[in-house]
Amino acid sequence: MTWEIVIGLEVHTQLSTNTKIFSGASTAFGAEPNTQADAVSIALPGVLPVLNKGAVERAIKFGLAVGAHIAPRSVFARKNYFYPDLPKGYQISQFDLPVVGQGTLTIQVEPLSGNAKPYEKTVRITRAHLEEDAGKSMHGDFHGMTGIDLNRAGTPLLEIVSEPDMCSAAEAVAYAKALHSLVRWIGICDGNMQEGSFRCDVNVSVRKPGQPLGTRREIKNLNSFKFMQQAIDYEVQWQIDTIEGGGKVQQATILFNPDTGETRAMRSKEDAHDYRYFPDPDLLPLEISEEWKEQVRATLPELPQAKQARYVNDLGLSAYDASMLTASREMADFFDSTRMHLDTENDIDNPKLCANWIIGEVTAQLNREELDITQCPIKAYQLSELLAYVAKGRISNSGAKEVFRTMWTEGGDADSIIVRKALEQISDSGAIEAIVDEIIATNADKVAEYRSGKDKLFGFFVGLAMKASKGKANPAQLNDVLKRKLAG
Amino acid sequence: MLNSSLQQLGSALRARKISSVELTQLYLDRIAKLNPQLNAYITLNPETSLAQARAADVRIAADSAEALTGIPFAQKDIFCAQGWLTTCGSKMLHNFVSPYDAHVISQFNDAGAINLGKTNMDEFAMGSSNETSHYGTVKNPWDTARVPGGSSGGTAAAVAARLCAAATGTDTGGSIRQPAALCGISGLKPTYGVVSRYGMIAFASSLDQAGPMGRSAEDLALMMNVMAGFDERDSTSLQRDKEDYTRDLNKPLTGLRIGLPKEFFAEGMGADVAKAVEAAIAEYKKLGATIVEISLPNSKLSVPVYYVLAPAEASSNLSRFDGVRYGYRAPEYSDLADMYEKSRAQGFGAEVKRRIMIGTYVLSHGYYDAYYLQAQKIRRLIAQDFIEAYKQCDVIMGPTSPSTAFKLGEKGDDPVQMYLSDIYTIAVNLAGLPGMSIPCGFGANNMPVGLQIIGNYFDEARMLNVAHQYQLATDWHSRAPHGL
Repeated sequence: MTWEIVIGLEVHTQLSTNTKIFSGASTAFGAEPNTQADAVSIALPGVLPVLNKGAVERAIKFGLAVGAHIAPRSVFARKNYFYPDLPKGYQISQFDLPVVGQGTLTIQVEPLSGNAKPYEKTVRITRAHLEEDAGKSMHGDFHGMTGIDLNRAGTPLLEIVSEPDMCSAAEAVAYAKALHSLVRWIGICDGNMQEGSFRCDVNVSVRKPGQPLGTRREIKNLNSFKFMQQAIDYEVQWQIDTIEGGGKVQQATILFNPDTGETRAMRSKEDAHDYRYFPDPDLLPLEISEEWKEQVRATLPELPQAKQARYVNDLGLSAYDASMLTASREMADFFDSTRMHLDTENDIDNPKLCANWIIGEVTAQLNREELDITQCPIKAYQLSELLAYVAKGRISNSGAKEVFRTMWTEGGDADSIIVRKALEQISDSGAIEAIVDEIIATNADKVAEYRSGKDKLFGFFVGLAMKASKGKANPAQLNDVLKRKLAG
Repeated sequence: MLNSSLQQLGSALRARKISSVELTQLYLDRIAKLNPQLNAYITLNPETSLAQARAADVRIAADSAEALTGIPFAQKDIFCAQGWLTTCGSKMLHNFVSPYDAHVISQFNDAGAINLGKTNMDEFAMGSSNETSHYGTVKNPWDTARVPGGSSGGTAAAVAARLCAAATGTDTGGSIRQPAALCGISGLKPTYGVVSRYGMIAFASSLDQAGPMGRSAEDLALMMNVMAGFDERDSTSLQRDKEDYTRDLNKPLTGLRIGLPKEFFAEGMGADVAKAVEAAIAEYKKLGATIVEISLPNSKLSVPVYYVLAPAEASSNLSRFDGVRYGYRAPEYSDLADMYEKSRAQGFGAEVKRRIMIGTYVLSHGYYDAYYLQAQKIRRLIAQDFIEAYKQCDVIMGPTSPSTAFKLGEKGDDPVQMYLSDIYTIAVNLAGLPGMSIPCGFGANNMPVGLQIIGNYFDEARMLNVAHQYQLATDWHSRAPHGL
């Protein structure tokens, strides 16, 4: 008995504006409670919302980046409910006329288990709409009462809703990661998941192939990809077990507990609010002209997919390398910068060399130290200098790795490290010939065996010569000289 | 001095015939004497008012006075004023001292005007008799057994009783015009968006509009010069060039086309009101106007449409009064839901609760299309009627209210009867048009009758001209209630 898994995501991305979506209060994270709550954030009587243009521009940017329709006219609506951290008693959101319409996002899925190969998938985005965040209830020591911090109230959010196009935890995580990368790439969200800048709600249901959609349960507020995968895995199994045990899944909102790895129901459909949405009479409909849209389009950076295609088609990189290098805009910038320095300062056009080093040594070292590319202690120009020496044969690959490690831990430039550590390769043909001559002279018996047809002995001579040169002989040159001299 | 126009008061102040402190004290003394009888003011702050007056005198002495500098005004208690208790007529805000100024308040402050006090009003502006105020009913200065109208009843009574030079009101369905009519004063509700709503406590955001209430059209024009103008803090505020609302006051009315909606004169209007309004129309003919019969076929739907839309918006606007951050909180409660329930049950009065419930109902799942959406569609039809009408006329006239001031408690048990008091004024708010009321005589029991003048969008200057010319030819507006 196989089950199909159906997953859709609603992602709240906090837009990176300096001020709130409907007032001039700061959005900076981590301030003392209520120090960033102005009259509008507190919802004093008589105050009115004024839309932040920067938030709209970020929404347009996102819409353009996913190839979506940007609504020429969208409407802000009030979502009414009572909660202490919702100061107005309603949230200003968008309901039936959102700013961003249907779009798509292509993702690379790496299956989590088995030998399945990575594959590409296009996920449909239903819509994205602007709304304001709520404040926070604080259940600390307030003499038995609950504290309210309204610093976050009114922070701009773009809620991005997908179609239920994902059929595994791996696909859901890949989509979330791709979205996370994209919003950072286009500079509309800092992507800081610990601070709540990127929060995912995951709708999960299961069904038998060919059957209509099953009843879904919504896992709220996942703020890590790891938890998302765990939560989906647990939830899917729970739903399958429930149905196979003769039960029925009830529509519900649920929470994932990372400590137990389990999901539990927060409220059922019966408790569902009637939000009484209606157009907010304090705000005019949001009108976006073609001209404004094009102005925003002009500020969009080259998007990851376009960059990937260019890396493959123009630079000759593999699809895998291209996708690795476009995992984030900072990573792509690092690659582009390394490649440019190598080209302009050393006249070496070798994107593959740069790609290999960045995906290999650099990424491995970053992962080991849990750093991201912006924190890399070796700058792109420093790496390009090292790679230039590799390309020119001044140092061997292993020598280069040693220089790299030294640069990483101690700093300094490649040239002085090579000199200080005497890592320069022997590329002087006279010196190499002298070493080879010496080996041939002292190993007459082996030479005779080689010459009588025992080709496998070639490696033996390479080893001896490398040892004699203390590993510094240029391998290509050494091969040439050995071949010539052994041939007699 | 008490019967002087704003123009005369300004001249007297600038000519140093009287100081602002003296004038302010004059009004404060009169308020101290008469307010206990009328209950027109909720909050007085004599020290603050006099401090403003002293500052105004300094400004006058420095010859930097503007038209309204040093003149004492009253402010409806719906406007947030920094340092002033701002209750909106509700127990819910019995302890709310505003930390900021509404746009209207700061405009008056910048002009050097004096804030004499905050006037009484129906709770959250919901009412037509001022009887829903938590702070007691206001008495009509013409007959203290009668209502002043509402919701700007405190302002209307204060102006009529000469307890201020002039004052502000707000109008969601007639709340400036109806009390102006019932108290025998002049009041103007401008085109929606002309006066910023920033700092004006919201009742129904798409209908609310602040405006001036005073003893003459000329006074209203001077106040409009201060109150109107773009404010970036209100997204519905209109970006228009600053205008001088006094500019057309003295134009003759020759050739003015007055539209009389046949629906306004058909039924429901008291005979005494009809007589006064018809006399006013006759006076306009003498002034050179011509009469055109027009039709506003959808205006009969105004009251039901209004009582869907206004409560819908109100039910949401009043959600912020939850006892969490400011205002009234029940003294005892068991948990969060209980705190909300008790605070709101105890903090709001019956009429406010009724409208919150109506509004919540019409926005609810399954009812939204049938009520809210349908009402929005009819609202557009009502506005379209006016647009058609203005192809044939320059202004529309009719009664402001179907009757003169009724007795306190007379309509208390029947909200629908009370709602019908605004039958002629509501369509104007739904269409977003400017409307005004000016005194045009007296009806039964010698109570004042109001003539309503409805203008086309942004036609306030013409309306003030039309009113002013009438007031030059008649003296209804300068009659004062006797026996005070």
